[in-house]
Amino acid sequence: MTTARPPGHEEARPYVRPRDRWWFARRRSLAVFVLRELTSVLVAWTVAYLLLLLGAVADGTTERFAALAARPWMVALNVLALAATAFHAVTFLNLAPKATVVRLDGWRVPAWMIQGGNHTAWLAVSALLAYLVLRSS
Amino acid sequence: MAAETIRLDVARYRPEEDAEPVLQSYEVPLRPDWAVLDGLAHIKDHLDGTLSFRWSCRMGICGSCGMDVDGEPRLTCGTFLAEYGAGPVRIEPLKGFPVIRDLVVDIDGFLAKLSSVRPWLVREGEEPPLTAEYAQTPAQLDAYKQYSMCINCMLCYSACPVYVLDPDFLGPAAIALAQRYNLDSRDMDDRFDVLNLEEAVWGCTFVGDCTRVCPKHVDPAEAIQRYKVTAALRSVLPWSGR
Amino acid sequence: MIDVLIVGGGGAGLRAAIAVAETAPELTVAVVSKVYPMRSHTVSAEGGAAGVIGIDDSLDEHCYDTVSGGDWLCDQDAVEAFVREAPRELIQLEHWGCPWSREPDGRVAVRPFGGMKRLRTWYAADKTGFHLLHTLFQTTLRHPWIRRYDEWYVTSLVVDDGRVHGVVALDLRTGRVEAIPARAVVLATGGCGRVFPFTTNAAIKTGDGMALAYRAGAPLKDMEFVQYHPTGLPFTGILITEAARAEGGWLLNRDGYRYLQDYDLGTPTPTPKLRSMELGPRDRLSQAFVHEQDKGRTIDTPYGPVVHLDLRHLGAAKIDARIPFVRELCRSYQNLDPATDLIPVRPVVHYMMGGVHTDLDGATTIAGLYAAGETACVSINGANRLGSNSLPEILVFGRRAGLAAAAFARSHREGEPPAVRSQGDDERRRLERARDGSSVGSSGGERIADLRERMQHTLEGAAGIYRTGDALAKAVDTLADLCERAGEARVEDTSATFNTELITLLELRAMLDVARTIVACALGREESRGAHQRVDFPARDDDAYLAHSLVHRAPDGTPSVGLMPVTITCWPPGERVYGR
Ligand SMILES: Cc1cc2nc3c(=O)[nH]c(=O)nc-3n(C[C@H](O)[C@H](O)[C@H](O)COP(=O)(O)OP(=O)(O)OC[C@H]3O[C@@H](n4cnc5c(N)ncnc54)[C@H](O)[C@@H]3O)c2cc1C
Ligand code: SF4
Ligand code: FES
Repeated sequence: MTTARPPGHEEARPYVRPRDRWWFARRRSLAVFVLRELTSVLVAWTVAYLLLLLGAVADGTTERFAALAARPWMVALNVLALAATAFHAVTFLNLAPKATVVRLDGWRVPAWMIQGGNHTAWLAVSALLAYLVLRSS
Repeated sequence: MAAETIRLDVARYRPEEDAEPVLQSYEVPLRPDWAVLDGLAHIKDHLDGTLSFRWSCRMGICGSCGMDVDGEPRLTCGTFLAEYGAGPVRIEPLKGFPVIRDLVVDIDGFLAKLSSVRPWLVREGEEPPLTAEYAQTPAQLDAYKQYSMCINCMLCYSACPVYVLDPDFLGPAAIALAQRYNLDSRDMDDRFDVLNLEEAVWGCTFVGDCTRVCPKHVDPAEAIQRYKVTAALRSVLPWSGR
Repeated sequence: MIDVLIVGGGGAGLRAAIAVAETAPELTVAVVSKVYPMRSHTVSAEGGAAGVIGIDDSLDEHCYDTVSGGDWLCDQDAVEAFVREAPRELIQLEHWGCPWSREPDGRVAVRPFGGMKRLRTWYAADKTGFHLLHTLFQTTLRHPWIRRYDEWYVTSLVVDDGRVHGVVALDLRTGRVEAIPARAVVLATGGCGRVFPFTTNAAIKTGDGMALAYRAGAPLKDMEFVQYHPTGLPFTGILITEAARAEGGWLLNRDGYRYLQDYDLGTPTPTPKLRSMELGPRDRLSQAFVHEQDKGRTIDTPYGPVVHLDLRHLGAAKIDARIPFVRELCRSYQNLDPATDLIPVRPVVHYMMGGVHTDLDGATTIAGLYAAGETACVSINGANRLGSNSLPEILVFGRRAGLAAAAFARSHREGEPPAVRSQGDDERRRLERARDGSSVGSSGGERIADLRERMQHTLEGAAGIYRTGDALAKAVDTLADLCERAGEARVEDTSATFNTELITLLELRAMLDVARTIVACALGREESRGAHQRVDFPARDDDAYLAHSLVHRAPDGTPSVGLMPVTITCWPPGERVYGR
């Protein structure tokens, strides 16, 4: 089906609202959304930082790297990055039930269970990693 | 005792005379069982016949009466005036759409999006004779039922920041409609070509407001995220196309 | 030039459009609708659509239920065609994707319905019309050559020398008035419930198509038969579907008593029994309400007397599975929960059995003009429609009218007559005058809404569930007077863009024409049959009135009523028996 609007039937000018520069501040969920988008930058920084660390380990310059990492601004940046990454991860895991619909025998597993499961699994993996890393040192 | 009233601040836009919408105030009776739409109808019938808005079923099923009520997209036939206390209540056209007149917005772009996802049952081969139905178990029906409940009210578009920034974004209801057919056991298409696009599912940054405002619990946000998984799998695993 | 132009994008109109597109791809087809098609009123239908599929059911039984339900005023050849084709139409819908509710083994499920002796009502939970309309609309999107005129209001038919040549329509968006020439026209404009004050019908159901045909010279049929649905919510008129009773709901009076047992509708049983008690036909149930009211056994509310619909014993789980929309509507529009509360209900105007007189292919008396759906009267509903017969009706006869119109367009290839342009120009001048107020003076004249209210209350008073000759005769004069006054009603809105006030006025004038035919037909029929109950003539009179009322518009604008025989094939008139 297509819409017919013969030539000559252009209506009087419809009104198109100009772009609102502060649209994201108008509603809490939108502010959270913009915040989440911004955390991506810090997540990217964390990845770059880890790559630097790997590079340092590979060519044996870990000492120089440790000195750099111990600078106060570096520590501050990384604390911020940790917070951002955690926020990003939490919101990401909270999306999961939207992407995965689990049905058991016709019963749909509710969202909180999937979210809870994800967070539990995340904690478990983190604990395991911490255990492995701390034991070897 | 004078009957209680409430003030409605209604957006007016008459393209022949107004450069942009202006608010006009009306006092209407405040009755416990009146919806916002009843207030507007009272204005049109008794105070000012020039106010234009769309409505029809008055039972939340035709999808005509979506408007922005105090900053939130709502079905005006299903929103009680009493919810707003002593008022005033601001009533504006749905945000994100061109305004034709007063509270009436242009929905042709939305309809073009709906049409673009092939919203019909795609089958291969000849249609069998009209003597028997295709079998479908209640569980198979449940798999897509929720996505078939959309009344095309467009509240989800009005709430979506991605759509408001980029009017070409395919948007929540159209993707949910595509999923309504994708997940139907009788359908044989996956609509990959129209959904696996930056302008389609990948444009969604998951704000989730579409789901929050949807009056019919369609949960379009879920439909979109599920398709992202489908599309990702299909890109990685060529044989996972259905 | 358009070959088949369909006025109306509801179930009947879209079914007709698909029929043309699929069988005659060489023809151009267009759908003109005053609202976007998926907003059409078909979307509100809840309960279901009847079609014989059960092994313990038969076409004959569906015919008998329909004919006896219609108090023998149905044309039985039409009923037979309808009953025969209904199942294949419902399967066709299934093949197009309609999400019918299912049995565990994957077959389509059926439920009981009022006045039906067998389980034969297909349903999609309790949003049957919604799913049906959206399935049809989405199916039309596969056919890009079906042209759509969305939000165009048809103001008149172009008729010249007994033949239709198109329509004149107003584009709401721009305010332009345009003649659209067409070889064949199908009216699928739905019913006219809005002529009454309390109705389940949407705002758009203003009888436009009936008025268009009537003014162009085609007769309307059986207009006195107006169906009251026994269970509407008191203030809004929102329908609580019959499926609520089919699933086991009870009707209780103020003493908590299942009062239907006092009105020859059977004895109460805990679970629903077909063609009995709460599953009796709508006319009888609505009439029982009035008797309860007279006995003082109804409950008073600010919106008039009500009785109670009790669903509590069904339990939340069953309500959610079978009639979830009922719960949603009660919660959001009446602030109560049917799982724990009684639902206040009263009879509300629901459906028009009458309409534009057509034959089995939807053809009217004007060549090239067809009608289908609630706006038409093929006559399968007689004096009282059975619930769930109307959705299959719009499919069966929508398709038939579409095919017949296509055949007509194919065999009439001549070009556009000059009448189209000149009638279009006249209409444009007339409407522009109404809009810019020069015909009336924008400050003079009465309010449209006031006139409309007067009309609605006149109809309710004179042509409600029970009628008398005196009240009807008075209503004839009141309506004639209102018609004149509507000619000078006030239009404040002078804008060309989306002028809904002008549309409201045009709708009021259509409703007034239709209202006058309802009252005239009701006055003419001096008997009681189905939904038409005359206190002054309480018995059915087959000798004089086993016949359709046929109403023409006389040159002076008044309705003139005649009679036309009913077609009887296999089922001679008998007594209507329920619950025995
Ligand atoms: C609340 C409710 C519940 C119901 N439930 C059931 C049920 O369970 N089972 C059942 O069988 N039946 C049911 N019915 C009855 C059934 O829904 C209707 O009879 C049927 O849907 C009518 O369909 P239609 O296509 O004829 O008209 P509609 O769906 O009313 O469509 C009319 C179309 O005509 C267009 N139109 C009208 N005037 C003009 C004009 N001047 N210019 C341009 N376009 C115009 C409109 O835009 C619309 O598109 C129910 C009815 C109501 C009110
Ligand atoms: S998904 Fe929900 S909000 Fe969006 S159009 Fe459909 S019903 Fe409206
Ligand atoms: S009027 Fe139909 S959804 Fe509100």
